[in-house]
Amino acid sequence: MLFTSYGFLGFVAVVLVLYYVLPRKYQWGLLLAASYIFYFFAGPVYLLYIFVTTVTIYFAACKIGQNEETQTVYLKIHKAKLSREEKKTYKEAQKKIRRRWILAGILFNMGILAVVKYTNFAIANVNGLLGAMGREGRLSFLDLALPLGISFYTFQAVGYLIDVYRGTVQAERNLFRFALFVSFFPQVVQGPISRFGDLSETLYKEHPFEGRTVSYGLQRMLFGYFKKMVIADRILVGVNAIIGDTGQYAGAYVLVGMLFYALELYADFTGGIDITIGIAETLGIRLTENFERPYFSRSLKEFWRRWHITMGTWFRDYIFYPLSVSKPMQKFTRFSRSHFGEMVGRRLPVYLASFTVWFATGIWHGASWNFVVWGLGNWVVLMVSESLEPVYEWFHGRFGAGGKGYQLFQVARTFLLVACLRLFDCYRSVPVTFQMFGSLLSARNWHILWDGSLLNLGLTMLDFCILALGTVVLVAVSLLGRKGSVRDRIARKPYPVRFVLWYGLFLVVLLMGAYGIGYDASQFIYNQF
Amino acid sequence: MEHRKKMQNVIKAGGSALVVLVTLVFLQRLLVPKYVDDVVEGAFIAEYYEEEKDFDVIFIGDCEVYENFSPAVLWQEYGINSYIRGSAQQYIWQSYYLLEDTLRYEVPKVLVFNVLSLQYNESQREAYNRMTLEGMEWSLPKVKAILASMKPEEEFLDYVFPLLRYHSRWSELTGADVQYLFATKQVTHNGYYMRVDVKAAGDVPGVRVLGDYNFGENAWEYLDKMRRLCAGKGIQLVLVKAPSLYPYWYPEWEDQVEEYAAEHGLRYINFLELQEETGIDYDTDTYDGGLHMNLSGAEKLSRYLGRMLSEELGVPDRRGEEALTGRWDAKLAAYEAEKQAQYAYYDMEEP
Repeated sequence: MLFTSYGFLGFVAVVLVLYYVLPRKYQWGLLLAASYIFYFFAGPVYLLYIFVTTVTIYFAACKIGQNEETQTVYLKIHKAKLSREEKKTYKEAQKKIRRRWILAGILFNMGILAVVKYTNFAIANVNGLLGAMGREGRLSFLDLALPLGISFYTFQAVGYLIDVYRGTVQAERNLFRFALFVSFFPQVVQGPISRFGDLSETLYKEHPFEGRTVSYGLQRMLFGYFKKMVIADRILVGVNAIIGDTGQYAGAYVLVGMLFYALELYADFTGGIDITIGIAETLGIRLTENFERPYFSRSLKEFWRRWHITMGTWFRDYIFYPLSVSKPMQKFTRFSRSHFGEMVGRRLPVYLASFTVWFATGIWHGASWNFVVWGLGNWVVLMVSESLEPVYEWFHGRFGAGGKGYQLFQVARTFLLVACLRLFDCYRSVPVTFQMFGSLLSARNWHILWDGSLLNLGLTMLDFCILALGTVVLVAVSLLGRKGSVRDRIARKPYPVRFVLWYGLFLVVLLMGAYGIGYDASQFIYNQF
Repeated sequence: MEHRKKMQNVIKAGGSALVVLVTLVFLQRLLVPKYVDDVVEGAFIAEYYEEEKDFDVIFIGDCEVYENFSPAVLWQEYGINSYIRGSAQQYIWQSYYLLEDTLRYEVPKVLVFNVLSLQYNESQREAYNRMTLEGMEWSLPKVKAILASMKPEEEFLDYVFPLLRYHSRWSELTGADVQYLFATKQVTHNGYYMRVDVKAAGDVPGVRVLGDYNFGENAWEYLDKMRRLCAGKGIQLVLVKAPSLYPYWYPEWEDQVEEYAAEHGLRYINFLELQEETGIDYDTDTYDGGLHMNLSGAEKLSRYLGRMLSEELGVPDRRGEEALTGRWDAKLAAYEAEKQAQYAYYDMEEP
């Protein structure tokens, strides 16, 4: 059930009506049923995967929670009898048990993710090695189904388990409530990756019908559909043409493809998240924002704080920080300080932890080397930028950089950097990406930008006009959004103005949306992660 | 005060709903193809609903009926009141549901069905589905016809709200889309699509070897349903094969149809074998090199079929009915006018 299908819209409409018609105590139960029905339509067999993840994480979290409680009660009862040393020994023993449960939960579920997502990648690499060594034998690829949104729900569930272990949240004792947290249908496909502490506050609450909330949710959905169907799915034709024929579309076309893909990915992913958050909002549920005008970032570091925020914070909180303070890393810090001096020794552990995070980020996006190289490319740029920070500071101070013009330059530079790195994602092959990037640097066909050649990419002049106008709308909404909610601003306008704006946007999606026969219904790009 | 506010809200909601409804209806009318200038076949099916429905003979099928038989000639020469319910590549299940649809209004004495559509066991192109199905008025047979015809990439909702299907046509609108926004233009003569121009049959495409010459199960099932429905309503079913030189009519197909007709006691006329009797001349009676008959060919076939319908199947001569004759006078005048207009357009002398 694609978000852009009639079936999905009908499904959401039915859920919405039932949600507010049924007694409020059944609201979360209805959402659980709806989520499992939605997931069933993605593939009945996938239900098993999400169910197994739900049950195992639930069980492990309960065990950890129980252990915490047992420990508290035991220590309370035996407070007077136990010496300090005995208490410490007891606590350590209990912690070991909890650690066993968390490790079991993480390894089992990350194991499932690894098997279904990375087995064939591993086989391809083994076959490549065998071939390089001149061996004849080849391993056969496995026919493994990749459950819808497995990376998202696994990360969300594992994040919860870690939070329970850390004591940040209480273990949820109701399996069905927890099942809803893992499978909540608007977000199970492409995030955002919610934290239990945030989502549970609104997910299980009873929500009375509020016209404003529902209408705000619908408005957000509509804007998401505008991004996805009017912009992303329209420009997709041009992107596919350019990446589909690297022989013909080299040189300056690579720059065009790069810009097209940057726009497509933004409109596709943020559009999908708008739809997700919009649906949740119509139900009175608030999801974490996943974007904050990322293309206005002035550095790559800032970009990653504003793009796919929930994934970034997940990696930060559950991989980077624990790794940075882990015992082996502390040992390594001591080692590097003593061997490479204070400055380098202090940085090396950070580089190593970041390397791990960016390697994981790359491989999370897809089981192929181009994603790994893309991730590590980001890492290299970030580390170099960080190391050169004193140089930047000197430069800014010396030349008084910091005015509007310089900020604009920084924004453009960051955008181009991000778009360049995404060529690895775009071409899906490391050698081809380097080859195409090389062709861009030595391009001599700049005339294609104005001689009408771009009209051979499957996009008409009208399509270009729609894309240009659409981009202007996106930029305008982003700029307005810096000063507060755009929907709030519109809501303060007189009714006829509001009506014309929202109904106008609806008609734009209806008439200019790339949907139905003649257009390939395309999945959201992040669905496959 | 509160009452006033409530009233204001009601007016706002009602006014908005009205604006939404009016704009959507307008956009739908504007964007759906009008089928008046280029692909006129899409307009055929809808024209039936404008008729006084008391026809004695109904033709159902694809281009092998709507281009090859002229109800005007059947009326002029035999007093047979007939109508053709056909459109381009009309699949057999669509023909069956068009029969069901027709029976909502009338029960003809004879149903003439062309058998070429047995070659298709499933829909081939969405465009052909649209041309037949969009013209049908909403009814249970239409719903069933849509469900039986839809290709995997099609959506039922697109038939209910054609605006969803044609939403992107705004970039290719023509003057006709505005001119026929709310009006329609008659393009057939009782379902007959007239062409007077001539293109002699020359090089007919070679015969394609098929992997399997058996008609599909689905196609047979609908022919069976059609036969049973006709039998139940007391309608005489006549199977015909038009004298088109291509698509090639394989002997294996002929054997299957002959066998079926014989088994069920149906009349089957293969006009390919009646060139002498009908007087069809492939140099003068086809407008596209042997694929379809032109006016001359259609009138010859109609004379032959009319004699059989009248003499052998007892279809009555109704030229004595005043009201019906009045209607036909108007139709014949339009028929003649178009004939002359086409002769003038193609710069031809009436034979």
